[in-house]
Amino acid sequence: MSDVDLTLNEEARPVPKLGRQVFEVRALKSGFLTALTWIAALLASLPLFSVIYMLLVQGGTRLFGADFVEVLTGLPPAGFEMGGGIGPAIVGTLVMVAIASVLSIPLGILAAIYLGVLEPQTRVATTSRFLAKVLTGFPSILAGVFVYAVLVIRFGYSAWAGGVALAVLMLPTVVLAAEEAMAQVPQRMKDAAYGMGCTRTQVIWKVVLPTGLPGILTGVMLAVAGAAGESAPLLFTALFSNYFISELTEPTASLSILIYNFSGMPFPNQIELAWTASLVLVLIVLVFNILARLIGQPKV
Amino acid sequence: MAKSFAVADSASSISGAPSSAEYATDRIFRGVAWTCAALIIALTAYILWEIGREAAPAMGQHGLGFITGTTWNISRGEFGVLPEIWGTLYSSLLALILGGIFGIAIAIFLTQDFLDHRLATVFRTIVELLAAIPSVVFGLWGIFILIPLLKPAAEWLHGHLDWFPLFSTDLSGPGMGPAALVLAIMILPTVAAISVDAFRRIPYKVKEAAYGMGTTRWEAILKVMLPTASSGLLAALVLGFGRALGETMALAMLIGNANQISLSLFSPANTLASLLASNFPEAGEIEVQALMYAALVLLVITFLVNVAGLAVQQYTIRKFEGKK
Repeated sequence: MSDVDLTLNEEARPVPKLGRQVFEVRALKSGFLTALTWIAALLASLPLFSVIYMLLVQGGTRLFGADFVEVLTGLPPAGFEMGGGIGPAIVGTLVMVAIASVLSIPLGILAAIYLGVLEPQTRVATTSRFLAKVLTGFPSILAGVFVYAVLVIRFGYSAWAGGVALAVLMLPTVVLAAEEAMAQVPQRMKDAAYGMGCTRTQVIWKVVLPTGLPGILTGVMLAVAGAAGESAPLLFTALFSNYFISELTEPTASLSILIYNFSGMPFPNQIELAWTASLVLVLIVLVFNILARLIGQPKV
Repeated sequence: MAKSFAVADSASSISGAPSSAEYATDRIFRGVAWTCAALIIALTAYILWEIGREAAPAMGQHGLGFITGTTWNISRGEFGVLPEIWGTLYSSLLALILGGIFGIAIAIFLTQDFLDHRLATVFRTIVELLAAIPSVVFGLWGIFILIPLLKPAAEWLHGHLDWFPLFSTDLSGPGMGPAALVLAIMILPTVAAISVDAFRRIPYKVKEAAYGMGTTRWEAILKVMLPTASSGLLAALVLGFGRALGETMALAMLIGNANQISLSLFSPANTLASLLASNFPEAGEIEVQALMYAALVLLVITFLVNVAGLAVQQYTIRKFEGKK
């Protein structure tokens, strides 16, 4: 703005001098604050780069090394044992995320249809929208406590319990994202369908859902990514296991709990595996994140 | 005969009144959707009821003494969570100060035309990826990278400034400082995202008016944009605080799980969530009841903070949409 030359008018009409000098206090202050903001932004991105660098250095040696097959499929080592892998944890995480997705995605999308398209303003809709927002800020460990009280006390630790706990956390994310995506569908498209004599259900299935699909899938993918990285709700619902999952009703390993358990061990081999598991976990989370981005990108 | 009033002039037309079967499907489908929406309400109520029910024996036994008690002794049956409540609030507050400053700075950086479009996307992606890193990975990073990094600085501060309450103890490993630092990193994306939203809601002409008065960029930001966005920024801070209160794994790994109340940044402490995480898996029946009570305390605190944050956010949205 300072390069606008207002002095031209000075002869015609006296105008206060609005131009600004480079070294004026105000300009200096502005420049100083700009520099400070740049520093803050760079400082804030430092942890991300540090985490990624350490994951690649510490976890990469095992994952991209010669024995990567053993790392990805082997059983976790005990005590001073060398080698070993994180196979059961990878499978367990995927199984429990799948259970959580099957439970929460259909439920969440149907709820979002009610909230976003059918009756956005009824008391049921406003209450459940508000509660969904409250639940997104819900401490994840409380989902574990809840499922412990409902399922684990009666049926013991299991992959089911872990999956349900993750589903409780995924549900509000799916609902809010799907509602937002469906709200973006232009009213004119819906009106056109109503004009043809469609029922509301037909409008939803043939117009709203197909049009809103990219947005809904983005929300779903982000919810899945979040669930894959969760550990607190699995701690005392799925517990942990050193073996591959054979039934959904028994304690199940997961990557995040493996990282938690191994990080506190005094053995370098376990700590190395914790880093490897972290790398694998971050890669899984990133894949879903990137998918979410690709799907959600506006197609021009 | 049901469709006799359908469009008559064109046999190939697809428009027409719904058949009775279509009406029935519509009814059923809407009923199902209503049920799913109502299920969210039922689920929330069920969570509250179930945790409350499990906590009831401990509530009857310990009463309010549970909240003011400072010992957690299973063999003597003494349970108190004051140190955990203190640790939860203190760590979240420290994280909020740091994460809040950086989060709002980044929101300003992203929305106030500092960057061209492409670079802004890069920074936005960095912040979003920060949010995607699992808590447990931050915990691992904290143990093996951050704590060793902080140790020399902590030793120096303790050695030279040990009269200052924040530096009154030595950093022996896990402690409040590293935990709060990681917590700050974890809530930064939340604060930044909601703050960005707050700045975006301000009509562009407000900034144009400020520039038109001859302000510098930062005078416009500090005297016009920040005050206008203030309620949105408050919502960002409150919701970020709510996030920090419930964060579990990274804290359980970094805070040291010590039952003590201390102002020092370098002494180990404990939080409600990490108490649950570290004691629950091996707890007996009596302790589980006490832990359920602790979970209820955490639930109530986070619920209140989140509702307050959402209320402020609602207020902001209404304020700007009303003035359009």
